[in-house]
Formats: sequence, C-alpha cells, structure tokens
Amino acid sequence: MIRMEDITFTYARRPIFEGFSWQVARGEVWAVLGPSGCGKSTLLLLLAGLVAPQTGKIEIQGEMLDRPRPQTSLVLQEYGLLPWATLRENVALGLRIRRFYGPDGRHAPQDLRLDANDIAMRTENWLRRLDIYGLADYRPSQVSGGQRQRAAIARALVLQPDLLLMDEPFAALDAPTREDLQALTLALCSEAGLTVVLVTHTLEEAAFVGQRILILDAPPNHVPHSLANPHTADAAYRRSAAYYAQVTKLRGRLEGA
Amino acid sequence: MGSPEPAVASTSKQQHLTRLIALVVLLVFWQMASLTVQRPILPPPTSVLSALVQDLPQTLGRHFAASLYRVVTSIALAIILAAPAGLLLGQSRRLSRLFAPFIYLLYPIPKVVLVPMVLLLLGVGDLPKIVLITMILFFQILVLVRDAAASIRPELLISVRSLGAGRRALFRFVYFPASLPAILTALRQSIGTAIAVLYIAELFATRYGLGYYIYLQGSTLFDYPRMYAGIVTMSILGFGLYTVVDTTAQQLCRW
Repeated sequence: MIRMEDITFTYARRPIFEGFSWQVARGEVWAVLGPSGCGKSTLLLLLAGLVAPQTGKIEIQGEMLDRPRPQTSLVLQEYGLLPWATLRENVALGLRIRRFYGPDGRHAPQDLRLDANDIAMRTENWLRRLDIYGLADYRPSQVSGGQRQRAAIARALVLQPDLLLMDEPFAALDAPTREDLQALTLALCSEAGLTVVLVTHTLEEAAFVGQRILILDAPPNHVPHSLANPHTADAAYRRSAAYYAQVTKLRGRLEGA
Repeated sequence: MGSPEPAVASTSKQQHLTRLIALVVLLVFWQMASLTVQRPILPPPTSVLSALVQDLPQTLGRHFAASLYRVVTSIALAIILAAPAGLLLGQSRRLSRLFAPFIYLLYPIPKVVLVPMVLLLLGVGDLPKIVLITMILFFQILVLVRDAAASIRPELLISVRSLGAGRRALFRFVYFPASLPAILTALRQSIGTAIAVLYIAELFATRYGLGYYIYLQGSTLFDYPRMYAGIVTMSILGFGLYTVVDTTAQQLCRW
C-alpha cells in the first residue's frame, strides 16, 4: 500500500528524515509514536502528498505520490473544520469539492458520479454512523470537542478513502470520549478495510489502536523501529494483561531510546 | 456541556422598541429647540415632515434615486475590485509584503481632498462621484479582507487541501466565505464616510443628488423645511444602507 524509499526531508535546515524507508501493507492499522518534534506529523504530511521529500520516493498503491491523492483522507487534531459551516456542510465538504472539479482524476476519482442528492444522502449516512445526525445543523463552535472530531472523521470516511491518515485525532478529548471514539474509528475502518496511519504521542493510544507501531525518535530518523501489536480492537483488550504488557514494553522502549 | 442552541443573532424586538423610543425623544427635542429658537433656520419637524411628504414623490425622490445609484454602484464596484485583491494579498505573503508599503501610505489619505482632482480628470456626471466613493471603500475592504485571509489557520487549509481542494476550490470554499465578514465589517465601518463624501461630491458639477438638493434649498432658495427634508432623506439613505449591511452580516456570518 505505502512504500517510502530512501527519503530525505529537511525542514528549516533540520534534517527530519534521512534515508528513511518504510512499508505499510494494505489494510494494516499503524500507530506512529514519538515525542513532539520527532517528525511524526511531517510523516503524515508526506504521506498525504501535501509536502514532498527532497530526495527519495513515496509510492501509494503502486503510484508515485506527487500531489494529494483523492483516495487518501486526513483527520487533524483540531481546527480542521470550517468554523462558519454546519456539521452537515463540513461533512459534505469533500464531496462538494469533488463535484466542483468534476471527475478529472486529479482532484476527484475519474469514475466519480455525484449529484446534490447523492451528496446529501451520503452525508446523512455518515452523520448517522458517527452519531451526530441530531447536531447536523450546528456549527463546530456549538458542539463538544468529541462531536467535532466525529464530524471530522465522518468528513474523511464519506469520501470512501482507501488510506486514512490521522494526526493526534483524539488528543484534545477527555478519556471516556477518546476511548469511545478510538473504538468506533477502528470498527469503521476495519469494516471498510481501510489502511490507517495514526499519529499519537501517548503510548496507551498506540498500544490500543495500532496493529503495528512505528516508533520515531529525535530526528533525524534513519531506520524505522516497528513493533508488532497483535490484538483485537475491542474495549476488553484495554483491560487485558497483554495490553498492560505492551504499554510497559513501549514505555521501556521510549525511555530507553 | 449543556444542550446547544442554534445561535441566531438577530436584532431583538426590544432593540427595535428602544430605537423607536430614542427617535421619538429626538423629535421631541427638535420640536422644543425649534419652539425656543423661533427662527426659520430651525423649522419644527412637523413642517419638515410635510415638505418631505410633498417633495418626495417629485423632485426629492429623483435626487434620492441619483444618490442611491451612486452609492450602491460604488459599493458594488469596491467589493468587486477590493475583495479579490485582498484575497490575493492575504494568501500570498510575498505579494502582501510587496504591496504593504503602498497600502500603508495610500490608506490614510483622506480621499475627500481628491475631489477637485477627480472632478477635473473625470468631468461632470456620475463617474467622478462613484470613483471617489469607490476609492474610500476600496482600501477599507482591501485591508480587512487581506487580514482575514491571512489569519486563516494553516490547519484548516491543510485539511481542506487534503480533501482534494486545489487553489480554485480553496478560494471558493475557504478564502471567500472566510472573508465575507471582513467585507461586511468594512462596509459597516465606511458607509458613514461614503455618504459624507457623496454629499461633498454632489456639491459640484451635478444637478442631481441629495447633496445638490440640500445645498440648493439651503443656500440658494432659502427653503429651510425642504433643506431639512433633504438632510432627513440623506440620513435615511445612510441608515437604510447600514441596516441592509447589518442584516446581511447577521444572516451570513452567524459564527
């Protein structure tokens, strides 16, 4: 699904990645863990095609990535929603942008067929699945942080992506809301067979969400350190001994680094 | 978090009522002042009202229409010219830096001092008046739209770009809606100035417009009730435009 080969990325004269290679198989759920400033958000921007590496290449689904691809969706921690638009309009935004360009293969998939009715129906469907249909006509500032993130996730999934990139999507939420939304997101993603790369700075989140965990250290990053994390993504796992063992292992790995 | 209410920021009934009371109080003061002064230069509101009612369907109406046309055309032109320019500057730091010193120098010039020059260059008719008012509104809108566009959070732009938006879609779905409040704020702040300059501009080289009408009635014909009728009409013009902008702002920018 994702092949990063020998990439170098320098930001403000600081090398973040140097000769970095990494591969993600289709349908895998990865958590990317590391301290702030380690380059984990940069990794997402690279994968999203929003910034380009200075050297090396990134392939997604066998195609060279040189601009954002329509089948990739990105969910950010906060401020990703249009503040002047309702949740419904926000969820519909990606579809409306696709209709704005038409099926040109650059901004929208070539086989795209969308009319206003399709947009309304698909939007409504995802508002319901994220359980925010009752809030559809409120603006982001009028709902809670968890409800805003639900809208952001609905906005990403309504586009039927094959790759979902998330940058600390649950960091601003309180613990119960965060755990609910982690479980819901994982369920929706596995249902759609999505490949997921989720960036986080909390090891508990990495241990719960990631089937595999990529650990980044202080830059520059040369070699990907990854960890298998076989588990079932249900709430019970959070109370299992295996989960605690994994958290402890991660903590040891991070502190030892 | 409690149950959220959709925020509808409309003018409350109570505000309408208090404004009406204020209007009545002002009229009463005017009446008393007129009775105290007892000179033709301060006629009572009643005689001004009768002049207004009498003249509005005839000449005053035509002068009002001329002024309204000039000011509305200027507003439209200013938005058409300044909003895209402001958006362009706001989303490119390099362009903005290039033009900033020019705007910094030109913005504070009181455009009304350019009346003689604009009249000499553009002659009689509507054009010089429209150009003057457009210049005033242009800078107000330009600066506010530029700053609104520049202050859009990078996270917002990144997330909308990740949904597939290129430059055109960013303008349509982010920059344009984000700058609407700035356009309306600029208008709200500058309508008063625009009308003041309209008055000055209409003193010269025209035979239509409220400025001309007020000056003619007051200084040539000495028909003070009619002069006041012109002043009241000009106030109504300003008040009306302000209300339209304000209502539009409340409808469009509830966030």
